[in-house]
Amino acid sequence: MTPQSGLIVVAPIRTGQTKSLRALLLSMNRRPGEADPANELVPFGDFLPLHFARLVILEDKTAQDLAAFSVPAQPYPDYLAFSVDFDGEASAFRAQLVVRARSGLRRIFSHCAGFDESTDLDRWMSEHLQPIATLYVNWIGRTVASIRENAALYEFLLAEMAGPPSHPPPGSSRTVAENLRLRVAAAVRSGRLTLTPEAPTPLGWRLANITHLVGIPLLLLVLTPFLIVIAPFFLIALRHREKIDPEIAPRVTSEEAAPLARIEDGQLTNQFSAIGHLKPGALRRWTLVFVLFLVGYTTRHLYKRGRLARVSTIKFARWVFLDDRRRLFFASNYDGSLDSYMDDFINKVAFGLNGVFSNGAGYPNTRWLVLDGAKDEQKFKYFIRRHELPTEVWYDANPNISAINLRRNELIRAGIENGLNTDAAAQAWLDLL
Amino acid sequence: MNAPDYHDVQGLVRFGYGKLTEATYWLLRVRDRPAAARWLLKVPVNNAAKSDDAPETAVQVALTLGGLKALGTDPGITAGFSNEFLEGMAGSPNRSQRLGDVGVNDPSLWQWGYGPTMPDLLVLVFARPGKMGGWLQTLQDADWQEGFAVVKVLETSNLFGAEPFGFKDGVSQPDVAWEDAPATGRDALAYRNRSALGEYVLGYSNEYGKFTDRPLTPGKAGEQRDLGRNGSYLVFRQLEQDVQGFWRYLGGQTGAVPAAARELAAKLVGRKTDGTPLVGGGGASQNAFGYESDPIGAKCPVGAHVRRANPRNADLVARPAWWSRLWSTLGLRAGTYNDDVMASVRFHRLLRRGREYGPPLTPEQALAATSADQAERGIHFICLNANLSRQFEFVQGSWIMNGQFDGLPGETDPLLGNRGRAQACPFSQFFTVRRGAGEPGRIRGLPQFVTMRGGAYFFLPGIATLRYLAGGPDCDPCLDAEGRSARLAP
Repeated sequence: MTPQSGLIVVAPIRTGQTKSLRALLLSMNRRPGEADPANELVPFGDFLPLHFARLVILEDKTAQDLAAFSVPAQPYPDYLAFSVDFDGEASAFRAQLVVRARSGLRRIFSHCAGFDESTDLDRWMSEHLQPIATLYVNWIGRTVASIRENAALYEFLLAEMAGPPSHPPPGSSRTVAENLRLRVAAAVRSGRLTLTPEAPTPLGWRLANITHLVGIPLLLLVLTPFLIVIAPFFLIALRHREKIDPEIAPRVTSEEAAPLARIEDGQLTNQFSAIGHLKPGALRRWTLVFVLFLVGYTTRHLYKRGRLARVSTIKFARWVFLDDRRRLFFASNYDGSLDSYMDDFINKVAFGLNGVFSNGAGYPNTRWLVLDGAKDEQKFKYFIRRHELPTEVWYDANPNISAINLRRNELIRAGIENGLNTDAAAQAWLDLL
Repeated sequence: MNAPDYHDVQGLVRFGYGKLTEATYWLLRVRDRPAAARWLLKVPVNNAAKSDDAPETAVQVALTLGGLKALGTDPGITAGFSNEFLEGMAGSPNRSQRLGDVGVNDPSLWQWGYGPTMPDLLVLVFARPGKMGGWLQTLQDADWQEGFAVVKVLETSNLFGAEPFGFKDGVSQPDVAWEDAPATGRDALAYRNRSALGEYVLGYSNEYGKFTDRPLTPGKAGEQRDLGRNGSYLVFRQLEQDVQGFWRYLGGQTGAVPAAARELAAKLVGRKTDGTPLVGGGGASQNAFGYESDPIGAKCPVGAHVRRANPRNADLVARPAWWSRLWSTLGLRAGTYNDDVMASVRFHRLLRRGREYGPPLTPEQALAATSADQAERGIHFICLNANLSRQFEFVQGSWIMNGQFDGLPGETDPLLGNRGRAQACPFSQFFTVRRGAGEPGRIRGLPQFVTMRGGAYFFLPGIATLRYLAGGPDCDPCLDAEGRSARLAP
């Protein structure tokens, strides 16, 4: 199994260069909201392990929100964020990027402070890597190569089952399934289909993962007495703040949302990028650090098989702290429209959303960190939309297949590879097709 | 609970005016504002109060953004309407993409509702048989003549409860809780047909226990007045149906055996022509069933029209024990790969009020026809909802036109679907029938049977608001025509 990794490079843009950088980035698109896989600057399509990539200018229009907390607005510069999700080791992917997109990346990063002709690209990128507080991967171990092989397998089977609804083929479920399996086997032999066996899981990753799996609960166990002692104080302080923290969630007008809408819904999968300030003060900062740490643990060990709690439409997502944990950047790749994505969140995981985003300035009021909040549907949607950024460049290696159908294809392949020994198993497999 | 103000809600929200079998829909532009305003101030709009017997005639009035502007509505007030209404049904390419209004459904090809054919007003006129002529004469007085220019008149026809393909229509409607709001704020563990009033009428509590955003304006004493109260957003889509093409195609698939064609048609629709659902079925109610017993769609295909339009699922799979419920909530319950994919239905309901148009053509006639029938027929689809984005646009975009609905391989709604490059659907011409035995059957190259001919988002205001909008700022929004009903924002 090949685990997935993520990288994000964040760097301040030179004063006055935001506009020209944006123009350069937009030149990488073939349609609004859709990067050209063969664009000259970073030919994303050439990077086989790459699932998603985005380049987005972090221009925070909500900086004034802190005034509502009687805290002066921090004049942060605009940042450029370059974010990628891919199969395998981060260092190997970065090396590949530096080799194959050197001149394009240099042109892009030359708009950033501290980057000039003499800068070493690889070193500069590693210096500007931002730690990812929490990375969510829909299915740990699902590679781009396997996605494509499985999609081809399903296409093949669709073509093999050309029968109309009114004429079921004769034979038991096992016979019918076995027949299809044989045809797949023949196609594999003739080279029409490729079904590469799964690569072994890297030993280092497995060790680190097991250590993390066991170590974190142990650490929490050790910290328990301390957490118990501070819990009442924390809850009292939290509840007090929750009652007085201002909500800042005015409706986003059509004009304001137009740059976001323009790049949405061209494909099944959509992107989402957002930035916001944390509520001022240590309480919220450390609450969020702790919550994201917990979420990160669950996404690594628990929610790694297709579902983030009950939400099964998110392919990759990440939370990244900026500016000494005073701001948060969130990016995700999800199936369906933004509204359906938010409905999913509100109806299925409002508690989780609240736990994270209620630490953001202006979020709809919560109770006890996880209650209410997003359940104020429209206010929540406005809050989210208001913090959203128009992603300048977005690349999706497999744009027209939903996360659910990725899983379906894997189950189909598993049936091919593992055999279908009972009629019930064969029928369950046939019903996937 | 704030009691519904039946005398202020337009009757269409509560009644379908089924006994008033004649109906004509007038799409109008305001030509002369004072005359139009005079007409709107006096038009006897029917309200939602029950009377002993159905009226002889009825009239209802809805407006587009253009209509609000033409009446001189303050921009501060219009800005309070929802973005979807302000942008319009054909307002942006990404909305058109989501709604399936691309290719042959593209707004630029519509007969009305795009550019110069965008109406300001929709006047729905209903009458009992034989009464329409006189009723129109009464309504279309000198002020009407002076005030309005007609964009298009949409006639309807009475197909006696069937839609043009021949299926019983309007079987599934939400049961609106006018008086007693259902419990909100907790997960609904079972699908229920009862639905909060605020899902359809602004100014009342919705399924989240909240008030959907609506235009508010300061009254004379500076207090907040609710201009949305008792109003609803009305979606109008004129959908032309190729009835002959539909039955001929199915005939071709089934060896021209009418009974087999009907059976396949029932699979596409999810009901038989008489309305009997393919799951649960019989009994007095054709609307009390769910799909839990048929997860793979062996009885009713997952992609069947009525299953897409209303998947009938709850917020959460019901579990008796609290810890089991917690486990489900956290997404840790072992299940099948597509558990929980479907959104909870109660936030995505529509109140349908459409009518058919064009001459009738029975399935048998369509199957037997030897020459192409040129008559235009279809449905004037009308639905009411409080939140266009969460209700109509969600149902249309995430369910009807979604090429990968519930894990399907690439097919849009078998009746309404756009077979072109619909959203995320490179091959949208499939229809999958799983049988629970053997491999699934699959139609390939399913033609498009329904074409979008025109449409718009309207606002169906409360009657006092309608008068206020017509009367301009001098009119107090808190009072209706009879001077009652203070309408403070809750």
